[in-house]
Amino acid sequence: MSTHSVAANEGKIWDGGNEPFGASYGKLMMWFFLLSDAFTFTALLLGYGALRFSALNWADPDVVFQSAPGIESGAPLVFVGIMTFILIMSSVTMVLAVEAGHRNSKSEVVKWMIWTVIGGAMFLGCQAWEWTHLFSEGASITKNPFAPELVPYIEKFVAQGMSHHEATLKAVNEIPHNYEFTSLFFTITGFHGFHVLSGVVINIIITINAMAGTYQRRGHYEMIEKVGLYWHFVDLVWVFVFTFFYLV
Amino acid sequence: MAHAATAHHDHHAGHGHDDHGHHHETFLSKYVFSMDHKMIAKQFLITGILMAFIGMLMSVIFRIQLGWPEGTYPWMETLLGKWGKGGKLSPEFYMGLVTIHGTIMVFFVLTAGLSGTFSNLLIPLQLGARDMASPFINMLSYWLFFVSTVLMLGSVFVETGPASGGWTVYPPLSALPQAMSGSGLGMTLWLLSMTIFIASSLMGSLNYIATILNMRTVGMKMTRMPLTIWAFLCTAILGVLSFPVLLSAAVLLTFDRLFHTSFYLNEIYIAGAPLAQTGGSAILYQHLFWFLGHPEVYIILMPALGLTSEVIATNARKPIFGYRAMIGSLLGISVLSFIVWGHHMFMTGMNPFLGNVFMILTLVIAVPSAVKTFNYLATLWKGSIHMTPAMLFAIGLVSMFISGGLTGIWLGNAALDINLHDTYFVVAHFHLVMGAASIFGMLAGVYHWFPRMFGRVMNARLGYLHFWLTLASAYMVFFPMHFIGMDGVPRRYYSFTEFEYMAPWLDLNKFISISAILGSVAQFVFLYNFFNSIFRGEKSGQNPWKANTLEWTAPMDVRLHGNWPGDIPHVYRWPYDYSVPGAVDDFIPQNVSDDELPEAARSVNREQTLAAEAANQEKKEETSTLAFSSLFSKLGFRKG
Repeated sequence: MSTHSVAANEGKIWDGGNEPFGASYGKLMMWFFLLSDAFTFTALLLGYGALRFSALNWADPDVVFQSAPGIESGAPLVFVGIMTFILIMSSVTMVLAVEAGHRNSKSEVVKWMIWTVIGGAMFLGCQAWEWTHLFSEGASITKNPFAPELVPYIEKFVAQGMSHHEATLKAVNEIPHNYEFTSLFFTITGFHGFHVLSGVVINIIITINAMAGTYQRRGHYEMIEKVGLYWHFVDLVWVFVFTFFYLV
Repeated sequence: MAHAATAHHDHHAGHGHDDHGHHHETFLSKYVFSMDHKMIAKQFLITGILMAFIGMLMSVIFRIQLGWPEGTYPWMETLLGKWGKGGKLSPEFYMGLVTIHGTIMVFFVLTAGLSGTFSNLLIPLQLGARDMASPFINMLSYWLFFVSTVLMLGSVFVETGPASGGWTVYPPLSALPQAMSGSGLGMTLWLLSMTIFIASSLMGSLNYIATILNMRTVGMKMTRMPLTIWAFLCTAILGVLSFPVLLSAAVLLTFDRLFHTSFYLNEIYIAGAPLAQTGGSAILYQHLFWFLGHPEVYIILMPALGLTSEVIATNARKPIFGYRAMIGSLLGISVLSFIVWGHHMFMTGMNPFLGNVFMILTLVIAVPSAVKTFNYLATLWKGSIHMTPAMLFAIGLVSMFISGGLTGIWLGNAALDINLHDTYFVVAHFHLVMGAASIFGMLAGVYHWFPRMFGRVMNARLGYLHFWLTLASAYMVFFPMHFIGMDGVPRRYYSFTEFEYMAPWLDLNKFISISAILGSVAQFVFLYNFFNSIFRGEKSGQNPWKANTLEWTAPMDVRLHGNWPGDIPHVYRWPYDYSVPGAVDDFIPQNVSDDELPEAARSVNREQTLAAEAANQEKKEETSTLAFSSLFSKLGFRKG
């Protein structure tokens, strides 16, 4: 069979025996997975849109997110700004890891991967603090202390001599109110956080592999590129989640 | 030439090695946690067949209830326990059976069983690849599927019964455990099972796409791929883009159930008391569900159409008619399938303008569907037809596709849908066009590629018996349902005795039930034939159907992980060179180069191509002028 030199695919990328997009099958699978995941998030965010537009009122993000560790109020979006900055910086370190991989520099790959893992873990830590803080204010997946319809009740309870915090907890537990905002917030940021968590776990595994010299022996660091794609995607999704819950 | 395996060591073999080599295979690694795509295909097929029989027997039980609503059967109590008290199927379990029958058939048989089996078997073999892109993810895909089947079947046995709100599990019925007994643990298990199923389907689809794009052998251009592969590619892309939306829908529904959010719930009163969960939208669920649900119809149908293309061309001994048009229609169907989901929701109070848009887009699907149908018929036209059981089932698919497709034009019409929505007309329509048609395609595939899987041929005599009984019973069951539906009888009703206007249909219901039982009995002929042939069937030989595609060039007798012992064959032609004038045989496999053909075939081939091209061009010019002149004359213009 080797006598047939009419293989006919010399230089023709779609003719078989080739990688038409210049991407290995693994990278291709990652791209299609990300496409699929994009549809998952799109569906959730469209659900957010549908429910928000049919809601009579919505919580004001400047009020909901005005705290940071040590600052009880009056710092709207400061903390989430820091969170977002950390996540985006972790994307930058990921790019540097990929670049180091192209140069087959094991030590630099490991260094930048560790920074990426730290960035991801810090983001998760921030998210944990933010959730805990919201819980302490009486928020949960089915309770929304920021619902505008609760305001008169809270004022009434405060007039009866309760502290604002106690009044809010009493109102949110006793008065029926619309909690689509918190349901969607905890579901969608939770789903995103789950992606970040998986990303951190994957990054840790890949970092350990890189340390052990697996990719050095393989001769290339393509695996870093693949996890890098996932990591950038998770960042990109956060930009949308951030916009929908914190900005608009 | 491909059979003449060269002794050269194969350097792009990757994981190519044979059983007798140094690599030791245990029972577990060979039959259970196998990473060989051929074994995984068999695992999907056998699981799919098992699920098909379970789903079918469920339908027999509820057909008995519908046919003889007053009857009592002691065996029913023995079989179903408290759900069959006094030998009578309980209404709760009737709903559960209808729901689980639908779920099993749609997802576990016709999605995983059909696409999982044949994508796995044929993609590497027909493209000339050693295995899937990632054999490990492929194995994971099967085992996640297996876990989801276990959960789904397990849900039938929980105390409150399986999910009972219909296979679409619309909230609020599915969201509130207090709504019906089936919305308890059974529903939670349904959602869990589907979530795992989606992960399995995603892994499978990613593998199929990556393999098709990257692992084709030298010379296997995209336009030389068999139509089966094109169908699997489109199916996989649909799966990758639509299943995640169902995942989102399922996550939100699970939260509504477990954490009492109200994504889908609004202003619900239970026994006069308002439900605390409010502010959501049940319609949102329907949008998310049908964004998957409609592509899902084509995820089911397209692999069957792909298999049919191959079986019809091979057994008509003719090139498939309109190869590029067939690819175009697959692509057209794929694109359209994403923008028609609203036709399932005409009755949700949708803006009539939006309804119109969805209606027009829906009716446009008739165009690529008709292209496929006519191309099948044109391929059969004047062919030297070999009526193998596979061929009969393939022709059966075309028949079902036409009968079911025609009623799709009715149902796609927003105005007619007011009358027909959720009636037996819908049941008749989708059972013919996606149920029976896809099952026929799958059976055609099983009969045709059985030798490729097991090295033996299925018994043809039993195959004919199976085909004719199945064809007749399928029409006897589903055709009369159109009349019941046109009379406005709703689907999913437990019995026809409650309302006066349904009473005239009781006798026809008996007829349908008898036909359904007949059809089910016929499937046992298949079951016997299938398992008997695995062990005692006639040995098939290398290329039993004299087909052109690469899977018949790989050795049949040894189980080879890596498919070809030596080099992978190269490809020199498209897969439909049947009955080429001047050729020695009436087929020229894809791996035969022009150099190997007798001079006559080559020159005839070239002359014929030129002549055909010239004739085509002439015809094209002729028809375009004709079309324009007739169009102008219709519009009232006159020449001159």
